[in-house]
Amino acid sequence: MTFLTETLAWLLDPAHWVGAGGIPTRLAQHLLFTLVTLVVAAVIAVPIGFLIGHTGRGRGLAVAISGAFRAIPTLGLLTLVALWVGIGLNAPYVALTVLAIPPILAGAYTGFEAIDRKIIDAARAVGMSEMQIVLKVELPLGLPLLIGGLRSATLQVVATATLAAYIADFGLGRYLFEGLRIRDYGEMLGGSILVILLAIVLEGLFALAQKLVVPRGVTAGRPTDIPGGSSRSRPVMELTIEEGNSHVRNE
Amino acid sequence: MIEFHSVTKRFPDGTIAVDDFSLVVPSHKTTVFVGTSGSGKTTLLRMINRMVDPTSGSIDIDGADIGTLEPVKLRRSIGYVMQNSGLLPHRKVVDNVATVPMLRGMPRKKAREQALALLDTVGLDRSLAERYPSQLSGGQQQRVGVARGLAVNPNILLMDEPFGAVDPIVRAELQQELLRLQRELGKTVVFVTHDIDEAFLLGDQVVILRTGGKVAQVGSPAQILANPIDDFVSTFVGAERGKRSLHVENHGNGNIVVDETGRLAGVLVASQSTAATASGSESRAGPRGPGASVQGGDSR
Ligand SMILES: Nc1ncnc2c1ncn2[C@@H]1O[C@H](COP(=O)(O)OP(=O)(O)OP(=O)(O)O)[C@@H](O)[C@H]1O
Ligand SMILES: [Mg+2]
Repeated sequence: MTFLTETLAWLLDPAHWVGAGGIPTRLAQHLLFTLVTLVVAAVIAVPIGFLIGHTGRGRGLAVAISGAFRAIPTLGLLTLVALWVGIGLNAPYVALTVLAIPPILAGAYTGFEAIDRKIIDAARAVGMSEMQIVLKVELPLGLPLLIGGLRSATLQVVATATLAAYIADFGLGRYLFEGLRIRDYGEMLGGSILVILLAIVLEGLFALAQKLVVPRGVTAGRPTDIPGGSSRSRPVMELTIEEGNSHVRNE
Repeated sequence: MIEFHSVTKRFPDGTIAVDDFSLVVPSHKTTVFVGTSGSGKTTLLRMINRMVDPTSGSIDIDGADIGTLEPVKLRRSIGYVMQNSGLLPHRKVVDNVATVPMLRGMPRKKAREQALALLDTVGLDRSLAERYPSQLSGGQQQRVGVARGLAVNPNILLMDEPFGAVDPIVRAELQQELLRLQRELGKTVVFVTHDIDEAFLLGDQVVILRTGGKVAQVGSPAQILANPIDDFVSTFVGAERGKRSLHVENHGNGNIVVDETGRLAGVLVASQSTAATASGSESRAGPRGPGASVQGGDSR
């Protein structure tokens, strides 16, 4: 209980909302760090994923490398890279990009692989070049799964970016490490809550984006074919059997 | 004119889909490849637009070896209609039809206008233009597929079982529509089917294939029906719809057409008095055969 009040007090203290170590600044750092990491990871992973998805080759290799990447403990990698390139932000950037690549890569190629081969074949048969097939057919149809990959990468990076503070004065993770050091549990918990809130907000945005990028023709047709499932099944249950389904339609 | 010169296709796994195949496909006529599943029909068709390249032999279009042409450019000059229409699900009907003309550089507005006109051509209401393929019936999708195939006004139209996935009534409608279109447009149509009735209805030239892409017989429907070259062809020609040798029986107030097994095939509508005297073997004729026409079909 005291943790909670301490946390609230810490979060609501106006002094923590200003200055270089203030919550807005650290939040912005955290966000920017996440964004840069994702962009770099996407620039690497998306073209490779598209290539794998389009050609159907190299999938086994990608799965193996992704698996290996995932198996690397991020803190270990962070320390290792830090020993190599020194203290600062470079090490977290490298470590988290490595973390973000596998889900984006998987999203990119599974998005392409999930497309009906007949559609691709028809596009080629009417005279689309390979590049046109990628950009005009595979990309729009595979986009929802790619966004899904970006979504899980974002979640991992936002959460794990707290580790950046382990070797740099940076981001929301600072509150955790600092709180731990000086035994200020209000600060620690407050920092965690901020990270969690950020993750939830980003998660919501991605969920929305994922819905929005589903091409219209792919969702179209279904609602008109099948009258709203829930509104139909409920009345059926309330009716007696003799009245039958014809009654339901008239309602 | 499309010429196959000793074309063989062996797939990497060793399957010989087409074996030493030679054929002349005349211009402005419909040539139908018919045969059982796996007889190499699709492979033959896809070699014409270089979706498949032959292992040996060559294919010429109007005297030019297509092996020397750039595949993407070649495909844009040939209409292609496939089973299940192959439309792009994320594009509206009108944009699907306008796709290839736009790839060839036609401005969007003009391509869409032309696409609307093509919907008229294939008998589709323009109100469907703004729908997505998933919002159309199978038959309507197939018509859009044909419209897309015609969009660049190609000389050659390749059709791979285009009516295979629709019900018999819609299929008959689409077949008639294709015959009408073909009368108006006179394309060089290469049509693939495993339905011998469809082959005889649509084909000026019918190519019956056996497994392994070997030609069993080539000819007009009437030629093949009258002189099946071997047992394989006569079985194939006869197997799909009972026996085809029909004869007339007089039942007092009308002439009834009966097949070999004594099953009623229809009523003879005599357009000339000699029809009634035709003997069993003489009344063998394809659906386009002259003289007698059979009405009513299966009335048992
Ligand atoms: N890409 C491929 N790789 C290996 N074998 C293939 C390939 N495509 C077709 N074949 C084989 O070649 C043969 C002919 O196939 P094709 O698709 O041309 O037959 P089809 O006459 O069109 O049959 P259907 O009526 O079933 O469509 C078959 O034995 C098939 O298994
Ligand atoms: Mg086929």
